[in-house]
Amino acid sequence: MDIPRYWRLKSQRYRLQGRRCTDCGSLSFPPRQVCMKCKSRNSEPYEFKGKGKLYSYTTIYQSPDRFEQIIPYVVALVDLEEGVRITAQLTDYFPEQLEIGMDLEMVIRQIYEDGPRGPILYGYKFRPILCPGIES
Amino acid sequence: MRKVAIVGIGQTPVREHWGTNLRDLAVSALRDAMEDAGVENLDGITVGNMLSGAMSEQEHLGALVADYAGLDGVEGMKIEAACGSGAAAIRMAVKAVASGLMDTVGVVGVEKLTEFSANNVTEALATAADADYETTMGLSFVGINALLMKRYLYEFKFNKNDFSIFPINAHKNACYNPNAMFRYPITLDEYAKAKIVADPINILDSSPVADGAAAVIVVAQENVSQYKGKPVSILACEVGTDTVALDNRENPLWLKGAERSAKKAYHVSGLSPKDINFYEVHDAFSIISVLSMEASGFTEMGTAIRFAEKNGIDIKGKFPMSTCGGLKGRGHPVGATGVYQVVEAAQQIRETVAKEIQVERNKIAMAQNIGGSGATVITTILKKIV
Ligand SMILES: [Zn+2]
Repeated sequence: MDIPRYWRLKSQRYRLQGRRCTDCGSLSFPPRQVCMKCKSRNSEPYEFKGKGKLYSYTTIYQSPDRFEQIIPYVVALVDLEEGVRITAQLTDYFPEQLEIGMDLEMVIRQIYEDGPRGPILYGYKFRPILCPGIES
Repeated sequence: MRKVAIVGIGQTPVREHWGTNLRDLAVSALRDAMEDAGVENLDGITVGNMLSGAMSEQEHLGALVADYAGLDGVEGMKIEAACGSGAAAIRMAVKAVASGLMDTVGVVGVEKLTEFSANNVTEALATAADADYETTMGLSFVGINALLMKRYLYEFKFNKNDFSIFPINAHKNACYNPNAMFRYPITLDEYAKAKIVADPINILDSSPVADGAAAVIVVAQENVSQYKGKPVSILACEVGTDTVALDNRENPLWLKGAERSAKKAYHVSGLSPKDINFYEVHDAFSIISVLSMEASGFTEMGTAIRFAEKNGIDIKGKFPMSTCGGLKGRGHPVGATGVYQVVEAAQQIRETVAKEIQVERNKIAMAQNIGGSGATVITTILKKIV
């Protein structure tokens, strides 16, 4: 992926920054210019806390080239506490530990290396909560 | 608006066509359809295709196909809606003819994928999803469907082997379709042991990418007597949409695009799900057959497998599906698939398929073509002209 494109996404990748509609309050991730609920174009940045529950997940055995070195890996749909669902890889888990509904938290990890000479790209992944009950 | 009909069909076998290039596949199917219709010229063509640019380094495909099909001076545009490109191209032709802007329009869906590496094709197909928020997370196209199947198994407590009814039926029917890629039956045992691609989806849940081209000639129904080919009426060809990313949907297990598209098709045709005699479903993956049947109103949410078991989806069943093999058995030449579905439904209505797969109730057919994970869905209803 080209560097400007990744640079444009840095607030999303590192801080889970979406938008909050200033007219109806609904949240979006990814950020959208137009509110899905009320169609307003008035919004402000909103950072999601990065806590959520596992909605569904899959272990990928055949991948696009750039992910081949990490096969098999798990991609999941995560329901964030704030009521928005996002797509992310899981990390730091034992396979037998995974179950739909489990609590997850966001961490920053390497997503992939863009070829031997390309940049290493980082972004959000989710892991099972390490210390349940403790705010990190 | 004018009523529209198909008066010509053409298709190449679905294969690994290493010896034939993209343009020649398209030209073969299109000229076959023109011969069937008995037309020398067209007012325009639409070309359904997803990946000619990414894989064959060829865009401007509408002009190229018109050029090589000998249609000098005839306009042609490529229509792209991921795996829904084929039916989307039919939709454009229907709009042109129904509105009166054109009288005779050729539609050809074409795709060429098998000469590229599996990883390349996996990467290219994933461009149907949200590039910034799904694909860059490592999600493949199979992976998206696997997320749906995993959640469906969880919510409705099915055994994974229950899904085998769809691929087993598709392979059985494909045996009698000379144009199908997989002309052999499969068993429950083979399904249960098949290699996992993206858990829980295995290789026998997945339709194979393939090369091929299919074509139809769309005309005004009032003019069908001017053509040679046996006409089949297009009662509806309607589009429904949803968010591109799966995660942006309130309930990913409900294909809102399919619901919208089917409801529109029922509305304009004045029909309801129980009027449909047989169904060419977009069985790219077993889970999509299930979600499509439910969202299109054939059965309630969570009940498609029981519906299929109870009614029978084979040729002799009450609700035949994938009658010429579907995407699973015939193969899935991505941007051509939606046109193959309509060509096969027309063959059933014209009674030109092998007798083993000829459905008895063949007056009203429905075909549904799904782009991506359901952001573009096109439902076509065909009717026998009696
Ligand atoms: Zn709003």
